[in-house]
Amino acid sequence: MNKELIQLIDISKSFDGQMVLDELNLNIHENEFVTLLGPSGCGKTTTLRILGGFANPDKGRVIFDGQDITHIPPNKRQLNTVFQKYALFTHMTIAENIAFGLKIKKKSKSYIDDKIRYALKLVNLDGYENRMPDSLSGGQQQRIAIARAIVNEPKVLLLDEPLGALDLKLRQEMQYELIRMKNELGITFVYVTHDQEEALTMSDTVVVMNQGYIQQIGTPESIYNEPENAFVADFIGDSNIIPATMIEDKLVSILGTRFACVDTGFGRNRPVDVVIRPEDVILVEPSEGIIQGVVTHLIFKGVHYEMEVQACGFEWLVQSTTLFPVGKEVGIQVDPFNIQIMNKPESEDEEAVILDI
Amino acid sequence: MTSKSKWLSAPYLFWSAVFIIIPLCMVFYYGLTDKTGAFTLDNILAITSAGHAKALRLALLLSFTSTIVCFLLAYPLAMILANMKVKRHNFIILIFILPMWMNFLLRTLAWQTLLEKNGVINHVLSFFHLPALQIINTPAAIILGMVYNFLPFMVLPLYNALAKIDPNVINAARDLGANHFYTFIRIILPLSIPGIISGITMVFIPALTTFVISSLLGGGKLLLIGDVIEQEFTRMSNWHLGSGLSMVLMIFIVINMILSAVFDKEGEGSML
Repeated sequence: MNKELIQLIDISKSFDGQMVLDELNLNIHENEFVTLLGPSGCGKTTTLRILGGFANPDKGRVIFDGQDITHIPPNKRQLNTVFQKYALFTHMTIAENIAFGLKIKKKSKSYIDDKIRYALKLVNLDGYENRMPDSLSGGQQQRIAIARAIVNEPKVLLLDEPLGALDLKLRQEMQYELIRMKNELGITFVYVTHDQEEALTMSDTVVVMNQGYIQQIGTPESIYNEPENAFVADFIGDSNIIPATMIEDKLVSILGTRFACVDTGFGRNRPVDVVIRPEDVILVEPSEGIIQGVVTHLIFKGVHYEMEVQACGFEWLVQSTTLFPVGKEVGIQVDPFNIQIMNKPESEDEEAVILDI
Repeated sequence: MTSKSKWLSAPYLFWSAVFIIIPLCMVFYYGLTDKTGAFTLDNILAITSAGHAKALRLALLLSFTSTIVCFLLAYPLAMILANMKVKRHNFIILIFILPMWMNFLLRTLAWQTLLEKNGVINHVLSFFHLPALQIINTPAAIILGMVYNFLPFMVLPLYNALAKIDPNVINAARDLGANHFYTFIRIILPLSIPGIISGITMVFIPALTTFVISSLLGGGKLLLIGDVIEQEFTRMSNWHLGSGLSMVLMIFIVINMILSAVFDKEGEGSML
C-alpha cells in the first residue's frame, strides 16, 4: 500500500445543533481512488468540504502530507475540487476557465496554452477553447470542470457527486473516463456519491457512511460480499437480511431451519443477522430444497427475473435467470459460503469503526 | 394563446393607448411644432441656451452622483443579504422596501422638515452643542433626497443578481487559488453586471427627471431640467418648449434603456 497522504483525525462537525460528523477518523493513501458512500445527510459531503477547506471542523485535525492544514484557507491547499453542478465561470470561455488557476500562479502564457491543450485532450474535448460554458452539454461541462481542476496538478482531486446531474448512459461512460484519467494522472481521487453502483465500479476503497459515522471501509468486493452490519448490507445492493441464531461455528439456524455456513467465532446460540444476496438464493424443486415456499411476486428485469418467495414466514427476494411463475411451490437452497453472518447492532448509531485503509 | 384569451388584455391595451401612447404622440407633436402649428426644431434646440443647458448639466451631475452613492451603499448591503439565510433576509428586504409603501411626496417633505434651519436635526445638534447643519437648499440636500428615495431600486436588482450566483462558483474560484479580493473582481463583480445595469437604470432615470425632490429640498433656487420642463407646462403654459425639452431628456433615457437591454438579458430589473 502507498504512503499515507491525508489523515482525518477525530473530526467532529455539527450544524445548528445537529451532529453531522462524530469523531471521524480516516486515512487516505497516495494514488488511491477512495469513495465516500452513503445516503444523503450521512456526512460524506461535509467530510469533502472539510478536506477542501470550505467548512471548518468543530473539533479534530486534517493532516495533509504531514502538515496540519485544518485552518488553511482553500486557496492555499494543494488539492482541487470538482463540484456537483460543475460551477463553471459562465462569463468566461472554456480556455479562460481552465487557465483561471494557472493565471493566479503567474505561469507563462506558453505554459498555460500547453496545459489547456493537454487538459482538453485528456477530457476528449479538443478544440473547445473558445466556446462558452452555456453552449456545452452537462457531460461536457463536467469534463471541463475536471480539466479546470487537474491543470493545477493537485495531489488530490476531490469530486462531489460529479455525475449526479447526468443521465444513466452518460454516467456510465464518465465512470470509465474517470478511471482512465485517474490512471493517467496518477493522483489521489476522493469521490463522494450516494450511488452504490458508481462506488463499486470505480473505487479502490469504499468508505460507507451513515449518520456521521463510518460503517465500513474496504475494497468494493469485501464491502459487497462481507458487509459488517445490516446498514451496509442493505445499502450496497439488494439483500435478504434475516434474524437468525448462531448455533455453533459453521452452523446457523435461519427461521428455525439449520443451514451450514463458513463463519466462525460468533459463540454458541448467539442471535445474529444473516445476509443472503438475492442472486445467491437458489430455487429448486420443493423436494430438493432445504426449506419450501411459494412464489408470490414476479418481475422481469431484463438480465434476470426478480421473484419474491414466501417461506417460513419471511419474504425472500430472489434473482434468477430461470422463471418460476407466481403460485408455484419451490424449494430454497443456499450455498454455505453465500451466507454472511453479522453481529446485531447494539444501538441505533453504530459505533464508529476506526480502521486503517 | 387562444383568440379568446387575447381579449383579456383589452382593458390594459385601452389604458395604455389613452394614457401612454396618445400622450406620447402629443409630446412629439407639440415638441416639433410652434404656436402656429408649423414644423420647427427650435423647441429641441432650445436645450443649447445657457439656462437650459445649465439645468441639464446640473441634473446629469446630481443624478449621476446619487447613482454612484446608491451603488456604493447598495452593493455591500446586497452582498450581505445574498449570503444570509432565507428566513432572515426576507425580513431585512422588507425593511428596505417599507419606505416605498409611503407616499413619495410625504417622504421628501419629511426630509425638508428634518433638514430645515430650525428643523429636527439642527435641534438635536444644538442640544449637543454641535454646529448646525446647513445643507437644505444645496445640491447636497437634493442628492440626499435622491439617494433616500431611490436606494431600494438599486438594492433589489443587485440582490437578485448576487443571490443567483451559485455559492459553489465562488468556492471553485477559491479552490483554484483565488483570494477573496481576486474572487470578487474576477467572479462576483462580472457575474452581477446585469444587476448593476438594472440598478443604475432604475436610479438614474427617475433621478434625472425628478422635479419634486429638487423643488422641495433645493428651495426652488436650484433648477434641474425636470423643474424647467415642469415650469414650461404649468407656469409658462408653453407646451411646445416643454415637449421639446422632454424629447431631449428622452434621448438620455433611451440610451440608458438600450444599454440595460444589452447587458441585462436575464431581466434582473423586471421584478420591479
